[in-house]
Amino acid sequence: MKKKNLAALLMAGALCFGLLAGCSNGNNPGGNSGGAVTIKVGGIGPITGDLAQYGTATEWGAEIAVEEINAKNGPVKLDYRFEDDTGVADTAVSAYNSLKDWAKDAPLVIYGCTTTAPCVAVASETFADRYFQLTPSASSPDVTANKDNAFQMCFTDPGQGVAAAEYLKNAGLGTKIGVIYNNGDAYSTGIANAFIAKAKEVGLEVVATQTYPDDKTTDYTVQLNACKDAGADLVFLPIYYTPASLILAQAKQMSYAPIFFGGDGMDGMLDMEGFDKSLAEGLLLMTPFNASGTDERTKSFVEKYQEAHGILPNQFAADGYDCMYAIYEACCKIDGIADMDSQKLCDALIAMFTGGDFSVDGLTGTSMKWLESGEISKAPVVVKVEGGVYVTQ
Amino acid sequence: MEKRLNGKRLSKASRSGFINYGIVIAAFALIQILLVVQKLLGVTLVSNSLQSLLVPTCCYIVMAVSLNLTVGILGELSLGHAGFMSLGAFSGIVASFLLADVIPFAPLRLALSMIVGAAFGAVGGVIVGVPVLRLQGDYLAIVTLAFGQIIKNIIMVLYVGVDEKGFHIAASSERFNLAEDGTAIIKGPMGAVGVTKLASFTAGFVLILITLVVVQNLVNSRSGRAIMALRDNRIAAESVGINTTKYKLMAFVTSAALAGAAGALFGLNYSSTVASKFDFNASILVLVFVVLGGLGSIRGSIIAAALLYVLPELLRQFGDIADYRMLVYAIVLILVMLATNNDQLKALVGRIIPKRKGAASHG
Repeated sequence: MKKKNLAALLMAGALCFGLLAGCSNGNNPGGNSGGAVTIKVGGIGPITGDLAQYGTATEWGAEIAVEEINAKNGPVKLDYRFEDDTGVADTAVSAYNSLKDWAKDAPLVIYGCTTTAPCVAVASETFADRYFQLTPSASSPDVTANKDNAFQMCFTDPGQGVAAAEYLKNAGLGTKIGVIYNNGDAYSTGIANAFIAKAKEVGLEVVATQTYPDDKTTDYTVQLNACKDAGADLVFLPIYYTPASLILAQAKQMSYAPIFFGGDGMDGMLDMEGFDKSLAEGLLLMTPFNASGTDERTKSFVEKYQEAHGILPNQFAADGYDCMYAIYEACCKIDGIADMDSQKLCDALIAMFTGGDFSVDGLTGTSMKWLESGEISKAPVVVKVEGGVYVTQ
Repeated sequence: MEKRLNGKRLSKASRSGFINYGIVIAAFALIQILLVVQKLLGVTLVSNSLQSLLVPTCCYIVMAVSLNLTVGILGELSLGHAGFMSLGAFSGIVASFLLADVIPFAPLRLALSMIVGAAFGAVGGVIVGVPVLRLQGDYLAIVTLAFGQIIKNIIMVLYVGVDEKGFHIAASSERFNLAEDGTAIIKGPMGAVGVTKLASFTAGFVLILITLVVVQNLVNSRSGRAIMALRDNRIAAESVGINTTKYKLMAFVTSAALAGAAGALFGLNYSSTVASKFDFNASILVLVFVVLGGLGSIRGSIIAAALLYVLPELLRQFGDIADYRMLVYAIVLILVMLATNNDQLKALVGRIIPKRKGAASHG
């Protein structure tokens, strides 16, 4: 028995060291190579834990852009590294500090975080340390509030809520509107509150407001019944696609068929394993990226992404891709970038992003610009699911 | 006769206690010296990432030592320790915000916020403890688990803010009628955002010392012996007239208050804190520190918390291993568990350090 214990101990130890030995140190080129200036880009996002799907999408999307950029042999090269924050604020701050250790004295730009709460924590650190930060998907206005160095690639939550209400008003959809949202989630609550306020302003009638506490909820019949009883003919769902897919299925079971309208968190539902696509027929959603888009750049991105990872990219990946190009194109336009440290680069990038004549074309929009506040200005796109694919409205 | 016996017993226990103070003070001094040398010579001795871990590590050490008081000394399983941390964190953040104009001196404001955090933790401890400590074993574990979830869910819908009309508190955003120019401190699921960071490594160090003073003196006092008697045999303890509820509550509330103070320090170390951070997993994490450090061993808790909190972050430095760091972390946990329960290994350590034999049970 004792021998067995010792053997178990040795086995576990060997396993541990095997893992350590199997992974050699990453090879970081760094420095100036062949006349090009190398900028270090440190990404932060959850690649383990509950939110890993979003973090890995932003990691992989950016990776493809970095490969393309470095293959160009342009004046600027990007040295990219991604750190895990598990979706938690304090881990994100540690991840940020380990990126600082990684960059040492080389110019560093922070790309991330993927989710809001870690991003707010990291942004206040980068603000104090003067690093430029661009987040692909942290959408709360708190991320950029009072920080001149933090910029967003996605819409803000209230911005999306307002855009949704305006779209419904202009399209003349929904006379009676129900809202179901996750009141334990910053993203969902942010959109829902702004939507309800704006709906009141433009004269849309919100007849039912229903909440649920977290995305692990599996039964939504109570919320759906409340909407049905109130006579809602359109239900707004500013939530992520996992709970939304259940809502669609349960609505069908109780033969309640209003128009469902979602935010960008809904993107990805069609690629869910085992999801019956017919449930999503007629679903409207606001997403900046359409993976079945036909333009050259989208096609090539989708192809590369699928080849590398075997799944379709969603808007998180596309936002990540665009972030890299935004950083790259801004860096190319800065004079004397070769002699800049992170702090000078931060100021130069802020000046570039808020200068007014800087704009980026990407997968999630064309001629995207940034406001002084750090928010992005691009046109919201509403798509409808028809025959299992997105059709731009 | 009794006095002499007492004196002898105490000297042994307090020697062990003094070693704990020594370890903490030495670690603090070492890091401070390294930081000073680093500044003078311009070389990297303590990396940025390690520096950013100092304060949270202090918080988790306090969490582990205080939980050890409940689990190791009192012998009751608590699965809601993060709930007290959460109470402390959010009350501390609100307190520091409200005191910002009154007390501009940051260390004093931090101290007061931590006291507020401790007070809220203690109140939480009393609320849970009074009805629940009449239960035993698994029942207490389940109720504390529920308590942690309740706290998390309450803070998730809690809106707190200040405007010129005064202090606002509401349980939903519709009822939260803050004036335009008011400031929201806690915003429901968004948590507390825009917190002024006050925490410092020195504050964390002082908090650990205070925790050690409180816990070690409690354990070595008359009350502490009563608490341990309850753990070892409740019926026998009751039969000699020990008040079960009183002593259980004493240990439980002390533990909760210290967790509250640690939470306040933790909350004031980051500019944003969300309630979902302090979930069931956070409670289990602290319990893991306590169990792996050794139930009832204060020194074990300190060392386990420090090492295991820093470990996943240190693994980032191993290049590609970063992809597997959570896996390695899990394996290390299993390894520690097997190692500390292995008789052969214990015998081996005993042979190398013969003195350990006697001291082993007094961590």
